Amino acid sequence: MKPTTRRRLFLVVALLLAFGALGFVATSNMGENLVYYWDPTQLRDAGDKAVGATIRLGGMVQKGTVNWQPDSQSLRFTVTDGKNTVDVIATGAPPQMFREGIGVVVEGTMTPEGVFKSDRLMVKHSNEYKPPKEGESVEDMYKSMLEDQ
Amino acid sequence: MKSAYLLLVLGLALIVVGHGMGLFVAPSEAAMGETGRILYVHVPTAWTAMVVFTIAFVAALGGLWTGRMGWDALIEASAEVGVVFTALLLVQGAVWAKPTWGVYWTWDPRLTTSAILLVLFGVVLLLRHVIEVPERRLTLSAVATIVAFADVPIVYFSVRWWNSLHQAQSTPQTVSKLMWQPLVISIFGTMFLGLALVIARWRIAREHYEREDAAPDLPDLPDQIELSDEPASGGQEVRG
Repeated sequence: MKPTTRRRLFLVVALLLAFGALGFVATSNMGENLVYYWDPTQLRDAGDKAVGATIRLGGMVQKGTVNWQPDSQSLRFTVTDGKNTVDVIATGAPPQMFREGIGVVVEGTMTPEGVFKSDRLMVKHSNEYKPPKEGESVEDMYKSMLEDQ
Repeated sequence: MKSAYLLLVLGLALIVVGHGMGLFVAPSEAAMGETGRILYVHVPTAWTAMVVFTIAFVAALGGLWTGRMGWDALIEASAEVGVVFTALLLVQGAVWAKPTWGVYWTWDPRLTTSAILLVLFGVVLLLRHVIEVPERRLTLSAVATIVAFADVPIVYFSVRWWNSLHQAQSTPQTVSKLMWQPLVISIFGTMFLGLALVIARWRIAREHYEREDAAPDLPDLPDQIELSDEPASGGQEVRG
């Protein structure tokens, strides 16, 4: 085979490999097997399978459900996806950004009592970038958050 | 080389303006505070890495089609610059993630696919380093580049295809105008800087190839090199 033909054959093989890999990832239902987190509905659907397994749960912190006990370092709140909710108990101080209505991902496991016990709480930031409301500095916002609790 | 200097000066000037506006003119972010200002560095770095890897992909196609060493040198230049920007991207992300998410790293789809991208193009550079025959180096590293490039769209769409902690792409609708302007200026600045680096590195790679080509072939090494235990003449034996 001439070197040019050989090289161009490599070109075709490489493109097939690349597009094959990309097409596989894009169209296969990898999303169902390779999940970073479950939402409350998926967690509820899993039923007993979720008990004892290490999983991540993602959703919004439901308004009015946050209960932070500084003495025992325990944080209780409800995660919602709009359809279902899951009660969460997290240990340790929450990240500074944690507040009601924000997206969170918690790592932990489901207890037989139906409460999600988390040992790692992560706060999600949305793709929105906006300035603080007029007259409200970020420091003030943190202060008012602490006073609320 | 003139074009590299022009892009370098233009890029740095835009970065100074964009970052200056981002640091001193734009407001802090409502939820993240001052931490949100990493936007003006992180998003431009990501776009530059994507564009530079696209150049590597085009160079790989050109190299395999024509066999010309100029394309080979461009693969080397762009893969290397892309790896630098991707490494910076991951570090910036970790620095931002700790105060925002609460962790430096998590195996979220966007983070994982970006780390894979760094490894894949690291393999391209490694291949180029270990293969000495120029024609074979061109062919194999171009194939590796094309395969590695498949991860670029996966990184881009990872935040839409899968549940992720990393936010989806920001758009003019989701970013306040006061923040969008410095962001766009910083994107162009960083991209020009990246392109300037690719052009400069390309020139170095071509010169290297020309020297490699012009150098006389080395005489073949003997099959076995005999190592002697005898001390070299004039050596002193040490007794103790």
